[in-house]
Amino acid sequence: MKIIVCIKQVPDAKDVRLDPKTNTLAREGVQSIINPYDRHALEEAVRIKENMGGTVTVMTMGPPQAEEILREAVSCGADEAVLVSDRAFAGADTLATTYTLSQAIKKIGGADLILCGKQAIDGDTAQVGPGLAVRMGMPYVTCVRKISAAKDKPFIVERLMDDGYDEIEIELPALFTVVKEINEPRLPSLKGKMKAKKLSVTTLTAADINADASQLGLKGSPTWVVRVFAPQFKGQRTMIQGTVQEQVDQLAEKILEWC
Amino acid sequence: MDYFLTEEQQMIVDLSRQITDELIIPQRAALDESEDFPGAILDAIAKADLFGVYIPEEYGGFGAGTFEIVLALEQFGRGCVGVATAFAASALGAFPILVAGSEEMKQKYLPDIASGAKKAAFALTEANAGSDASGIQTTAVLDGEEWVLNGTKQWITNAGEAKIYTVVAMTDRAKGPRGASMFVVEDSDPGFSYGVKEKKLGIRASSTRELIFKDCRIPKERLIGRLGTGFITVMKTLDKSRPGIAVLGVGLGQAALDEAVRYAKQRVQFGKPIISFQAVQHMLADMAIQVEAARAIVYAAARHIDAHPKDMSKASSMCKVFATDMAMKVTVDAVQVLGGYGYMRDYPVEKMMRDAKILQIYEGTNQIQRNVVGQELNKEYT
Amino acid sequence: MLLIDINACIGCGLCEANCAFAAIRVVDGIAEVNENCTLCGACVDFCEAGALQIEGREEAVKDDLSQWTGIWVFTEYRHGRVAPVSYELLGAGRKLADRKGVLLSAVLLTDSAGEVPGELISYGADQVYVVEDQGFAQFTDDVYGNALEDLARQYKPEVILAGATAIGRSFIPRVATSLKTGLTADCTQLDIQEEDGVLLQTRPAFGGNIMATIACTGRRPQMATVRPLVMKANAPDPGRQGKIMRCAIAPDRLLSRIKVRNFFPLAGDQVKLNEADIVVAGGRGLESEKGFLLIAELAQELGGAVAASRAAVDSGWIAYPHQVGQTGKTVSPKVYIACGISGAIQHLVGMQSSDTIVAINRDANAPIFDVAAYGVVGDVFEILPKLIDKIKETRAS
Repeated sequence: MKIIVCIKQVPDAKDVRLDPKTNTLAREGVQSIINPYDRHALEEAVRIKENMGGTVTVMTMGPPQAEEILREAVSCGADEAVLVSDRAFAGADTLATTYTLSQAIKKIGGADLILCGKQAIDGDTAQVGPGLAVRMGMPYVTCVRKISAAKDKPFIVERLMDDGYDEIEIELPALFTVVKEINEPRLPSLKGKMKAKKLSVTTLTAADINADASQLGLKGSPTWVVRVFAPQFKGQRTMIQGTVQEQVDQLAEKILEWC
Repeated sequence: MDYFLTEEQQMIVDLSRQITDELIIPQRAALDESEDFPGAILDAIAKADLFGVYIPEEYGGFGAGTFEIVLALEQFGRGCVGVATAFAASALGAFPILVAGSEEMKQKYLPDIASGAKKAAFALTEANAGSDASGIQTTAVLDGEEWVLNGTKQWITNAGEAKIYTVVAMTDRAKGPRGASMFVVEDSDPGFSYGVKEKKLGIRASSTRELIFKDCRIPKERLIGRLGTGFITVMKTLDKSRPGIAVLGVGLGQAALDEAVRYAKQRVQFGKPIISFQAVQHMLADMAIQVEAARAIVYAAARHIDAHPKDMSKASSMCKVFATDMAMKVTVDAVQVLGGYGYMRDYPVEKMMRDAKILQIYEGTNQIQRNVVGQELNKEYT
Repeated sequence: MLLIDINACIGCGLCEANCAFAAIRVVDGIAEVNENCTLCGACVDFCEAGALQIEGREEAVKDDLSQWTGIWVFTEYRHGRVAPVSYELLGAGRKLADRKGVLLSAVLLTDSAGEVPGELISYGADQVYVVEDQGFAQFTDDVYGNALEDLARQYKPEVILAGATAIGRSFIPRVATSLKTGLTADCTQLDIQEEDGVLLQTRPAFGGNIMATIACTGRRPQMATVRPLVMKANAPDPGRQGKIMRCAIAPDRLLSRIKVRNFFPLAGDQVKLNEADIVVAGGRGLESEKGFLLIAELAQELGGAVAASRAAVDSGWIAYPHQVGQTGKTVSPKVYIACGISGAIQHLVGMQSSDTIVAINRDANAPIFDVAAYGVVGDVFEILPKLIDKIKETRAS
């Protein structure tokens, strides 16, 4: 079975902050990491491979530095790594991104199973997984919290809904986006790290994937950012003072008024 | 300080650090409280291939040496000496097979130890045989194709958790030290059982129990090396393993220093962070100097051992004494820097102080280590 | 690329001041761009000298936009119940439609429509496109996606809105991709641009640290999913008149490649969280699973639901369905009592629209107090037991 995991390099959310004075994102000391949801997708892919055989290829679209996360993914169990990188991809929104990724996947011979994280923590759109499935002509299930796979049988997956979960039967090829509950991602291994060090990452450019230039990057992106600003919060901030008992008494009085 | 690690060595450090920061540190207080064995953490260490760092590649290991396992243990020791001891004890249990076992024995046991699928343990100490190993009372008698073991081993780390035990027993008491031999005993062998779990001052995440042999029968080929070479194997094993204990002191000392400095920077008294007071600064400076000196001697000893010199006892004992005495002192000082908070279980330094004490005691007390150094000096100057 | 016309640049620094990514700087009186640039284009709009241009944006394909008219709201109807967000979107959609002077339509895909079309009209829809088919009995991305796509191609709305729910976030991207148009996820604000009537879609990004306003100028429909509990529904007007249009979808488009075999509902308390009037939430300050017993006790006493910050969920003290914030649920209760929650921005975006926020925290500088109506600086373990006792006592007397 050929499994492709799409991963994204993102700034570590706990470091990202908009500086209210300069109105810019503080970038100093912000680490680049594998999008946390994608780690769960990778772990699930490696587990499926361990149970059913096959290969796991990690793919990312990004600048040359994104190679780092591909190597990290290999140290955690992926077999192959593909970097989709070209200046022409810059400024892509999700529509252009799914086009680019689908062309790259077709270029390397397609996939039986594509796994993605539910969403990326920088954009939070949750659109690339479903969009990529449409481009690949595959059925998909989002927010998967469990995958049960057996040879020569349809996959059974559990889809997290707002009011519970659906149990779904689906034949491959297919694409799933996964949530964190699905597994506990493993740490890298020493052998994995050795492999990652030696690995040659395949790089695909716009020309390599036979891309239609009008569908790439900014040109292929129907949405654009009009304005970026810091969120505003309200709150009149009345501090309740006094001894603990006095504070409790005042608070209880207010709460009983409301409830 | 830069110790000029190779890329592979740095990889081992990075991986061990990640396990320490993500798995060990968040759980150490709970493990200390519950005294539960850290099975899940050790499984993660196994998945990361670290159980096999020092085991040759032909037996499924990574093929590195003492220095590399020392690097891993330094990180684990920084997190929790209890967890690190459980990990280190498996290596200690494997060393006799590695240094004296036959090819068949190595092939049988080392791959499982390297993968972490089975843990090992080393069994020397008895009620009447600690520093004086000649007091060993456990016996092994050959009966046809089987050895029959009788006796009780005490304070055995990983007892009950390990599947593979390397055990010292007397095969000919009349010969004294030359009448001791080593054997592999498996968890499932008939006549082999465990005593109750000991309650300890520190390293509570590690399991310490008795091994009880009552007409325990094992196949003849479980003898490690030649008959009567048990003590030689023990000495070779401990020479190799002591830097591993020493480095737990380095990791622990570093952790205590880290906590003390962090606290001193944020604790305000008399209107200033206490780190601005010279009395505190000097304490911290002394701690830092000692931690770094200990690291240097342990790294040097480990590299010396990896060069396979004829004589490694002195270097091995020196680094063990220096680094573990340092850990005791530095952790006591860290508690002092944190004052009343340091004494409370809400902060990690009181545990570090409790954990430090065992380092001066186990794998040969620091008094015995000084004997070794003294004897070596005596020999050198003849 | 961001192109800078050095002859036009006056070095005013407006671009530098308004770049969220510190990607543009005025050096020697001329703007210079660095590798931080994400091509977001915010600077272009601020540049009064017209010196900046994003290469490529102007060339974007333009559809014949005039054919597309009207605002659509996808009605989320599952297990016999219209999701409240659909009514909220009819409220928001009504305003947009009135501003533009166009029709507001609801789209209902169901196996059995019953009284729902009339209800949708009472909440503000001018017309309802109804497709009734067994294929909609269970939610599947492909069948729902095909149907909405086909309706959009046929009736050409300029805007399609859907709730940013599990369902909306799952199948709306499929529709947008198939229609090769833009989609903005998780919007918290919608507006119409004066000059050209384009929909301005504002959403949090980078974990809620920044807000971004997105537009889709060159393609139609303009699509957005909108967070539940952000927009306000209008009060239903049973006398409101509207048109119900029954539509058919080609049978082959109603065949799904996935099969929903079973549904397992969540325990009651977990579902209630989004709809509870009172929410008691705990964070890192609760220190353990045991700490959450206090939260549960207070919630029970007040008849409210239990919520948690991501820190508490990640520590394993409480299950994920209770998580409120950027990566969890959005809530908007009458009263939100935050206990031991520092108020990371990722949490604030999930609860800031609550009517009254009470914060109890040891650290007087915790950002949670910035959004709180009432704050108590103190130890939750001291305050909560006393508070529970006091409330019980007062109620008993």
